[in-house]
Amino acid sequence: MSDSGTGDQTKAEAGKKNKYDYTNGPPPLEINMKWCKACNICIALCPKEVFEPNRDGKPIIARPENCTQCTICWVHCPDLAITSNYK
Amino acid sequence: MTTATKNKKSQKSSVILDYLRPNKGMPSVWCAGCGNGIVMTAIIRAVDNLGLSKDEVVMASGIGCSSRMPMYLDFSALHTTHGRSLAFATGVKFARPELKVIDITGDGDALAIGGNHFIHACRRNIDITAILINNNIYGMTGGQGSPTTPSGAFSTTTPYGNSEKHFDPCSLAKAAGASFVARTTVYHATQMDTIIQKAISHRGFSLVEVISNCHTYYGRLNRMGDAVAMLNDFKNRAVPLAKSKKMTEEEMVGKFAIGVLHQEEKTEFCDVYQSVVDKVKGGK
Ligand code: SF4
Ligand code: SF4
Ligand code: SF4
Repeated sequence: MSDSGTGDQTKAEAGKKNKYDYTNGPPPLEINMKWCKACNICIALCPKEVFEPNRDGKPIIARPENCTQCTICWVHCPDLAITSNYK
Repeated sequence: MTTATKNKKSQKSSVILDYLRPNKGMPSVWCAGCGNGIVMTAIIRAVDNLGLSKDEVVMASGIGCSSRMPMYLDFSALHTTHGRSLAFATGVKFARPELKVIDITGDGDALAIGGNHFIHACRRNIDITAILINNNIYGMTGGQGSPTTPSGAFSTTTPYGNSEKHFDPCSLAKAAGASFVARTTVYHATQMDTIIQKAISHRGFSLVEVISNCHTYYGRLNRMGDAVAMLNDFKNRAVPLAKSKKMTEEEMVGKFAIGVLHQEEKTEFCDVYQSVVDKVKGGK
């Protein structure tokens, strides 16, 4: 098996150009603000700085055009609060 | 990550929501950022990738923060007494060998209170997938030291640092006879899916140790920071198995190997028992 975890994925994804264009579509992700507990994991781990914390510390999608659908934020959200509109 | 993901269905990220019990308690009771939730979603993805139906999966758990998991997931569930989940799981598997039995346990639950059940489940090599969420401390009861609290580490019962040696659950399981032993961390969430898939597919006792964060107690008492800091700490300390074999003991101090550490083909308990039954019945 390959032992590369998301660590390597982070590096690989950071250098990749974004093939998704969200200019006319919906935002790339859906965030369930009722379930989100503002743990900051998604905001800190996103390699493309898509999120900004709101005043409660919950993520808002500040830069949807940067999102590469790399899966990192939703596989690490402990509260199942993030799902993708595209994957 | 090829072999185990072969039977992968087209997976939407929202698939995780299909496996939750309707109207049952989400958001979870876990602290913000607790690794238990990351393990829960990895289990869902693994079950979905394997194409198992909800009724084919039984989830057993004991007592502890991690053991709340079966209450959120829409599988057949057993929330049992402290440390005894593997005994109940053994009963279920024995009575209905066609079901996939997943046992969710924590470091205190599996190795202290349930230590005996743990080694004997390994010894029998019964086809159960035990997922041991190791956060090095008793979270639910207030941060007491557990059998995996590292020597020197702080907990509410070791305020001057732990003077005991700690268990390595993977070595213990292998020595006791488990035929599949793997370790991963909540940081390596995609690796975790694949490992859990392999563990469920493996015939025999499988242990998956998931190094997880209890920033509320372990992190706070040992000044390791919040959930994000602990996840990054796991990233820095985890070494893929192949690489760890090339490293010297000094280089591995404070680090740990991740990946499938041990796998072998071995006779499984239910199979052996069935053959005994057949023999006795045939001999009448
Ligand atoms: S999928 Fe999530 S982590 Fe990845 S780029 Fe998009 S927002 Fe960031
Ligand atoms: S990882 Fe999930 S719970 Fe944590 S801040 Fe992001 S959306 Fe909220
Ligand atoms: S006490 Fe620790 S293990 Fe329990 S929910 Fe909180 S962070 Fe998780």
